This record gives sequence, C-alpha cells and structure tokens, in this order.
Amino acid sequence: MSEFLRSWLLLVVFGGLAVVLVGVFLGLGALLRPRRETEQKVMNYESGVDPQGDRWSQSNIRYYVFALMFVLFDVEAVFIFPWAARLEAYGMFGLVEMAIFIVILALGLFYAWRKRLLRWI
Amino acid sequence: MSTLTLAVELAYWQQTTIRAVVALVAVLIPAGTLVYLFLFKMMSFMQSRLGPMEAGPYGSLQLLAEVGKFLQKEDVLPRKADRVVFKAAPFVVLISTFLLVLVIPGGPDAFFIDVDTGIFLALAVSSISVIGILMAGWASSSKYSLLGALRATGQLIAYELPLVLAVMGVVIQAGTLNMQGIVMAQAEGEIFGFGAIGNPFIITQFLGFVIFLIAVQAELTQPPFDMPVAESEIVTGYLTEYTGMRFLLFFIGEFATAGIFSALAATLFLGGWYVPGLDPTDNLFNVIGPLVLMGKIILVAFLIFWFRFTYPRFREDQLQTLAWKVLIPLSLVNIVVTGVLKVLV
Repeated sequence: MSEFLRSWLLLVVFGGLAVVLVGVFLGLGALLRPRRETEQKVMNYESGVDPQGDRWSQSNIRYYVFALMFVLFDVEAVFIFPWAARLEAYGMFGLVEMAIFIVILALGLFYAWRKRLLRWI
Repeated sequence: MSTLTLAVELAYWQQTTIRAVVALVAVLIPAGTLVYLFLFKMMSFMQSRLGPMEAGPYGSLQLLAEVGKFLQKEDVLPRKADRVVFKAAPFVVLISTFLLVLVIPGGPDAFFIDVDTGIFLALAVSSISVIGILMAGWASSSKYSLLGALRATGQLIAYELPLVLAVMGVVIQAGTLNMQGIVMAQAEGEIFGFGAIGNPFIITQFLGFVIFLIAVQAELTQPPFDMPVAESEIVTGYLTEYTGMRFLLFFIGEFATAGIFSALAATLFLGGWYVPGLDPTDNLFNVIGPLVLMGKIILVAFLIFWFRFTYPRFREDQLQTLAWKVLIPLSLVNIVVTGVLKVLV
C-alpha cells in the first residue's frame, strides 16, 4: 500500500478508536449501573408536568434561509482554498481574479441583507 | 516517521498502534486539564469560591471521582425516543473529535497524519459533530431537545463560515494547507524583514485570530454562545434526555474538542510546536514539541474560558447578526487585504 493510502487509512483507524472508546465507557457503565425502570422515569422531561402532544411536535424553523445561504457560501469557500494556497504562483492575475470573485460573493451577501433575509423572521 | 526519536524503522502496524495510543492521550489529557484547570478552578476563583478541594490535593482527582460517579448512574432511555439514533449520537460526536486530532502536529516527525490538505481536512471533519447533535436532539423526541438541536445547527453552520474564512488568511501567508508547512512558514518567516522571532501569524493575522477564536467559541456552544443548551430557556437543549454515561460522553466530546480547537488555533496562529531561537528541523522538537504545544493550548484555552466565564448569553437573533453581518464581511475584507499584501509586498 502506498504511503498516501496508508496515511488516509489512519482516518479510519481513528474513527474506530472513537467507537471503541465510547464502547468501553458504555460497557463499563453497563456492568456497574443499576436498572430500575419506572413509568415516570421513561417519560419525556417537560419541566415536571406530564408531556403534552404526541412524539415529535411541529416547530417553526426560523433559520432555513440561513441554511440555504450557508450551502452557497461554503461552496464558495472551497473555491477560495486552492487559490489561497497557490497565490504566490498566480501573482497579480490571481489577485484580480479573486478580488472579482469575492466582490460578487459580497454582493450576494449584501443582496440578501437588503432583501431582509438576515434578520429574525 | 515514528513518533519518537528512536532511530529504528517501525512496521506500519506498530506505528499505527503507537499513534492510536498517543491519540487517546492527546484527546483525553488536554480535555481533563482544561476541565480541572479552568472549569473547576479558574471559574471558582473568579466567583470567589474554592471549587473542589476534597478529592486529592486541591481537588485534582475530582475528575476521576466524577467519572466513577457517572459510571454508576442509571441509563434512562425515554420511551418515546428513537432508540438506535439516540444511542448512536454520542458515537458520532466523539468520532468528529478523534478525526479532528488527526491533523495536529507535535514536532517535525511527531505527527499523526501529514497530508497536503491538512487544515482543510480538519475543517471538514469538525462539521460532523453537527450531525451528532442533530441526531441527539431529534431522537430524544422531546420539545426542549428538538429546539436545542435546531438552535445548535443554526449556530454551528453560521459560525462555520467565519471559521473557514479566518483560516484563509493564514493559508495565503503560509502558501500551503499542510499543517507542518504552516508551522514551518511561521518558524522561518519574517515580519516585514524582521525575522528574530519568526512570523507567528497572530501578529500579521490578528484580525483572523480574533475571528477564529470567536467562531471557535460558538462552535463549542460555550457561553456567550450557549443558546443551544440555555438552561433558563430550554433546560439543557439537546442533552435534556441524556443521563449518566451518555451525558458524560457528550461532555468529554465538548471539552476534548475545546482542547483540539485550541491546539488548532495554537498551530495556525502561535507557531505550533515551535519556539523562536531554535532550529525548527532539530530532533529536539520531537521531544519538547508536544510540551510546547500543550503550553500554547493552555494559553489559547485560557482566553476561550475567560470569555466563557465573564460574558452574558447572546440572544438568538443577535448571534446570527454577529455572524452574518459582522464576522463574514470582516473576514472577506481580511482575505482581500492579506492577498494584496502578499502579492505586492
């Protein structure tokens, strides 16, 4: 296996390590802890009163617009990364290119701002 | 290639085992130190009390006592909860933490992974924890949990952007995404011709550092950005239905991530394992590098926790306003200014 693949294999190993650690902690707990379920204990907690409604209730997700904008801006950020790492080679050309890109990006943000999408709806 | 200055070639599985053991230490030791030093002691002193004093000298074994206590707590699963997702959530949060520690270098040869996409990888895996939090909140099928999880999601994605954009300034200056490359750039760089202390990017990227720390604070859902777990409004948010060991795992995840984000900030802005005045390729740094890094972690974490203990909580809309209308435009300006200076100077 190449050095490159080996270092990425470490990613999987570390993921597995986390699972093992959580497993060990929970397993140790399972050996030590008591288990006495009562009706009151397994109810959902709603500040002491009996829970109202059935399972998942509807609620107003106020920031779905933010989520949409996030997807937009995050993709843009991915485009900036390779440019940032190679700026020295691109020089003036790269600088002007990216300035235009960032101005357009900022215009988009400004547009959303003026459209009053960035306030609490 | 190995983690120490041992002049022997180790097989791949031996290296991996050493790295796995070191990773456990690198995740748990800073987390424990931060909890004891700051959460137990500094917070207490700031509030004119002593904090834990009974377990061990000055309460230093309090953490072990806490773990012992949590191990014995009953594991209560709400009847209405989605059991599989509810149980899987702590795993996802901890996986995010462990993948994050992967990119942090502790010395010229003491690293877990040395890939060219270093910092990008860190930023990518750091957002996995959002999924874990959303799973925890949704699976609890409790109103407080759901509200807390949605708040957390809104907050984490809003502050992901300033975090990513603040790093961009460092990447422009260093000219690489590789973490070792960034440390080297700081060790060998110079500030407008003055090179006695190298170029720790905190000086030339101060705005980036401030934005990064604010974003980290929000990513950790710590006060003043703790609306997702605001106890006076929604009990403990997405953690409401979690008890005993599962709760502790979320807690460990949070503080381990605090330590690792401090390490990231230390590596990006304070020069990582390097101390000025020495040769950065010196074998010595494989030994003292991790200790230097730990010192810098404590320094950054001190700042983070200082704000945690002294600022009142934001309101949800103020938080979104701060991210979208202040931090993101500021970090865009920061990128352009850094780029112009890089090309022209």
